[in-house]
Order: sequence, then structure tokens, then C-alpha cells
Amino acid sequence: MRMMSGAAMVVEALKDVGVTHLFGYPGGAVLDIYDALFAQDAVKHVLVRHEQAAAHMADGYARATGKTGTVLVTSGPGATNTLTGIATAYMDSIPMVVLSGQVPSMHIGEDAFQETDMVGCSRPIVKHSFLVKKATDIPMAIAKAYYIANTGRPGPVVVDLPKDIVNVQDSHPYVFPSDVSMRSYNPTLKGHNKQIKKAVASLLKAKRPVLYVGGGAITSEASGVLTILAEILKAPVCSTLMGLGAFSSTHEQFIGMLGMHGTLEANKTMHNSDCILALGARFDDRVTNNVDKFCPHADIIHVDIDPASISKTVNAHIPVVGSVKTVIDQILEQLEAQDLTQQEEKLSDWWEQISEWRARKCLKYSQGDTVIKPQKVIEAVYEHTKGDAYISSDVGQHQMFAALYYPFAKPRRWINSGGLGTMGFGLPAAMGVQFAHPEACSVVITGDGSIQMNIQELSTCLQYNLPIKIISLNNRALGMVRQWQDMIYKGRHSHSYMDSMPDFVKLAEAYGHVGIKVDTLDQLDDAMARCFAEKERLVFMDIAVDQNEHVYPMQIKYGAMDDMRLSKTERT
Amino acid sequence: MRRIISVLMENAPGALSRIMGVFSQRGYNVDSLCVAPTSDESLSRLTIITQADNKVTEQITKQVNKLIDVLRVAELTDSAHVERELMLIKVATRTEIARAEVKRNVDIFRARILDVTSQHYTIEVTGTSDKLTAFSDVMAQSAEITESARTGVCGLSRGDRALRP
Repeated sequence: MRMMSGAAMVVEALKDVGVTHLFGYPGGAVLDIYDALFAQDAVKHVLVRHEQAAAHMADGYARATGKTGTVLVTSGPGATNTLTGIATAYMDSIPMVVLSGQVPSMHIGEDAFQETDMVGCSRPIVKHSFLVKKATDIPMAIAKAYYIANTGRPGPVVVDLPKDIVNVQDSHPYVFPSDVSMRSYNPTLKGHNKQIKKAVASLLKAKRPVLYVGGGAITSEASGVLTILAEILKAPVCSTLMGLGAFSSTHEQFIGMLGMHGTLEANKTMHNSDCILALGARFDDRVTNNVDKFCPHADIIHVDIDPASISKTVNAHIPVVGSVKTVIDQILEQLEAQDLTQQEEKLSDWWEQISEWRARKCLKYSQGDTVIKPQKVIEAVYEHTKGDAYISSDVGQHQMFAALYYPFAKPRRWINSGGLGTMGFGLPAAMGVQFAHPEACSVVITGDGSIQMNIQELSTCLQYNLPIKIISLNNRALGMVRQWQDMIYKGRHSHSYMDSMPDFVKLAEAYGHVGIKVDTLDQLDDAMARCFAEKERLVFMDIAVDQNEHVYPMQIKYGAMDDMRLSKTERT
Repeated sequence: MRRIISVLMENAPGALSRIMGVFSQRGYNVDSLCVAPTSDESLSRLTIITQADNKVTEQITKQVNKLIDVLRVAELTDSAHVERELMLIKVATRTEIARAEVKRNVDIFRARILDVTSQHYTIEVTGTSDKLTAFSDVMAQSAEITESARTGVCGLSRGDRALRP
């Protein structure tokens, strides 16, 4: 049996669970752990500039790989700074483990220097948490943390480590647990057979079916079987913001994102459907609009690994608890015995109707000669990356433009804060992506508001030579806020514009990167080419876009799914 | 509608606060709460009384069940069950007549007098919440209630149904 300090145990346990990257920031309560990190190179530590960014980096890393992201911070402010990042991961079901330092056990509760009740602070936004009391409990706590974070419906787990138990002077036996099974935690992966049969019967009976795909399809790595299922059923497929890429956006059966800023065809298809197969989606308010008017004709089959997501907002007629991938496998198995040769003919009227909706081209916009439209920038990014980049987004208009105008052909390519809507997420997330995939093209789509919420990480990018491409849609305003003020508050732009914008090109250069300013349409293509030709360095593109552009389509509040504005003047 | 939610959970630090957290975060109300270790000391049994319709009750049981420390959740009110609550009540009596009246009501309600001083009775009474409230009302008529403490309801299903790990 190996003897080691608590601090060494933390590092050893991280190695044993297979952690390769650790995003963190040192401080008093974790100095022992940092000392143990110094003596090894199996776990690569990334020194951030702000702990919130560490959590977003771990999050981006997790979204791009499916592996659990890891954060290490000190007690007090170090720990509380991660809370926004933890909440972001919680809302989007992202596997993450946050190791936080804590004041020595004997000082807990005394309001000691840099003391915060981290387990208490984070309780509503974690899947689970541990306050470790003895050094010998460290390996089991860490093993359980990773098991819980990345099984069932994934989520963040906090492990709070008091300083006295990680003291480098002490020595304890280290045993990594071979089994972490817990009697109180056994996620259901396989759908109930009776429910699967009902679901299949409903799908086969349907004349106007639709697949409504959410983030659960990405989490469970269901893309392959999802495509097979969609092609067998010949059904249209729409996706939530979180599900983009699970089913290729370039597939002819894909009808776009649904919901508040979804396409007309997606929302119309949902509203008129007679059978909705929801796969790892949770019917949230940004999708359903008014739940009382939600899809009145549809039988709803709801597949979700979390029973609490089923019938939470919209009542499911056929609930199926299980992993999306496993359940699709089960459905496919049942379909093998069925004659599906008539399926295409059966749905021909449905597709004809959908084509009519598609023909209204709800994503059209008019690009003039000079002022750049934000949509145009996203299309340019798509062209210059050949659709093969990892796109991390911040939150606001640019996020919706990216979701609508960059078709994602593969899962885990679209990295955004869907549930919490965290501005400042994009840059650190893209950094996490770049650490996970050093050779890939990691792009941030951001705006002049969001980028300034974690801009200090430009310094981290230099330290680790991350050749990220930052595409900032600069409209000198908080665009989405401004849009709502235009639409609902009679154009009273209360505190939604910034009249002291920094020179982003100089700022990028000050941090040691390349900055490119684009003011007019004729400069855009060349600038993009320069940006993406730069393989070794970070490029910050500060692109002036039309301040008055709104994101359309947009659902009309309190309406049904398909009650939408298609432009400033046009409604459905 | 009044519901009794019964929870079997790990007897671990923080487990109770996580369950209460679900109630406060999601806006469910708690009328009473009763918690103690079970015959298996590694487990705790928690009984919560709440007011909720069917949809909210379903969400409460699902959200509580989702917590890592929780093994089983059941709603007792939808089937045959027994429920009991215990109250300790201290009353002050000034006159002999009042003392006799208190004593007679203690017998009627099958309560027990635990402590007697010249001016006070401390009484234990067990039963449904309604019975405890009725007893308290009766006491208020003949004596002055100095203080009282109620445990909150605990309950079990009838017959062979049980919350087992």
C-alpha cells in the first residue's frame, strides 16, 4: 500500500480517474495541492485569470469531448467565483468536477479568512457535493464525484477539501476504489419495453410525425442511431439550441432549430404535428411559448434519462425514462419487424406542407452594400471554416445568429450556454475546446458586450499559445436587450448601449495577439481569409455590424409555438 | 390538497438540507417535517406534509428522488396508511376546577400527564394532526397554554407495502 499526503492523494486520484486537464487558480487553502501538482506532469494544469473562466473552460472541454471537465480553486472568493460557471454547467447538464479548497476543519464555522460554505452556496446548482472530512476519504470522494458527474443526467459536482486533510507533511495509505456503486444512485438507461412498444405504435400510426431533438441526444452519443431512425421513419427533425449537431443541419430532413428564435418550418411542423418524439429535450419555456397552446394535436412521446424532466411543463402521453441512445436502439429493434415501405408515401402530404413553410424562407435578410449584417458574418465564418469548426458562443443576438446561420453537421461542435444564458462563456469555453482538440479550429462568436465579461482570458490564451479565432459582432450595444427595448419598450434604450468601447484591435495587440478591424462589407472576405490563415496565433476580429438588426423569426409572447414575427413588419 | 411524502435517505450530513433545498428552490411548501434514523442506522426516514395538486406532487416526488442521497420516495396519501403525530403541551391551571377539567380531558383524549407542579401540567398526546389540534383547543378553554411542541407527522403504508432500500 502506497503512503502519501492528502494533497498527493488528490492528484493521484485525478490521475486514476483519467483527468488530463485541470483548470485552476491557486490560493491559500489549496497550496498543498498545488505543491503536489508541481511534482508531476500527468495532469496538465491551466492557470486562468479568473476562476469563473476556469469553470467555463472545464465546461467547454467537457462539451467538446464528453469527458468530465475539472476545476481547482481555493476557498472563499476562489470558490464563489466558480458559481456562475457551475450554474451554467448545471442548467445544460454538463459533467464537471470542482475541487475547492476550504479552511482547516477546526476553523470551519468561525468566519475564518477566506471561508465560505461552498457546499451550501453551490447546493442548488450542483448534482451533488462532498465535504471531505478525512484524508483517507479523498480517493472515494473523488471517484464518486466523477462517477456522479458523468453518469445518468450529467452535471457538476463540488468536492470541498479542508486544508488540514491535504497537508503535505502527513502520510496516509492510498487506495483507489475499484467500485463506486451507490445504493441510492442507479440511473435508468434502458426504456421500459411496454413504453417502447407504445411509442413505436404511435410513431407508425402518425401521419404528421416530428422528431424534437435536445441536448440529451448529444450527451448519450446518439447521433448515429438518431440519423438511422429519422431516415427509416422519413420524419422531419428539428432541434433545440442544445441539440444542434446531433442530427446534421445539412440533412434534407432537418427543418431547423425550434422555439423562440426557431425557424418557421420547425415551429409550424411542431404545432401541426400529430406525434412528437422528444429525444433528450425538456420542453423549456424558450421552446414551448405558451404551454396551454402548445402543439394541440400531438401525441407526445418523451424520452429522457431524468424522470423529473418528463411532464414537468408539458404533459407527456408516452413517457420513456432512459438514455436517448439506448431507447433509440430499442425503438429500432422494434421497427425491424415492421413493414416501413409505405412510410415515404404516407408522409408525402406532410412533407408537401413542410415544403410550403420552408418556401417562405424565414431566414432571408437583406444585405446592403456597405453596412455588414450580422447574419452575413456568420455565413462568412461558415464558408471560411468549411463548416468544420468548433463554434463557441457567448449570449445574445450573435448566439442566435450563429445557431441559425452556421449549420452544424456533427455533434459537440456547437458550444453555448443554453439554459443559463451566461454572457462571458464563449471565450473560456473556446479555450477548453482548444485544449481538448489542439489541432482543431476553435472559434468564438461573441459580441462587444459578452466578450468584455471574460476578456482577461486573452492573457491565458497567450500563455498557452491558443490560436483561437474571436469573431466579435460589434454593434456598440447590448443587441438582444436593445431588440426587446425596440419591440416592447417603444425603443427606449435604457442602459443598453456602450459609448466608451475600447479599441479591440489595440487591446488584442496589448495581450500579444493579432487584431483585425472590419468596418464595411468589402473588407469582410479578405479579413476572414487573413484570420483563418493565421494558424499559430489568436486573432481578434472586431467587426462593425448593423446596430438595428433584430433576430428573426421570433415567437410572439403568450402565443402558440407558431405565432411568430418573421421580420420587423411581417407576422405568421 | 394535503399530501404526506415519505422519504428514505442516507443518514448523511447535508442530506436533509438538500431535500429542504428542493422545496425552497422550487417553491413547494412544507407544513411539517419529521426526520430520524430508521432501525438501520445508516438510513433516515423523513416525512413531509405539504399542500399540492397531483402535478406538483409528482414533481416533488421526482425532484426529491433525483437527489443522490435519496433511496426511495413515496406519497402515502394516495393509498391506505397510518399517520401519527406527537405533541407535548404545557398548561397553567389556577383553580382546582380547571385542574380537574384538564385531567378529565387528558383521559378522554387518551393523553398522558408527564410532569406536574403546583401550577402546571405537562401533557403528552399522540394521534392525527386533527386530534392534536382538537386537544389543544380544548385545553385552551379550561387552562392557559404556556407552550407546546409538535413533532410533525410521521406515517407508514398499511399492509405489506414498504419503503425498503
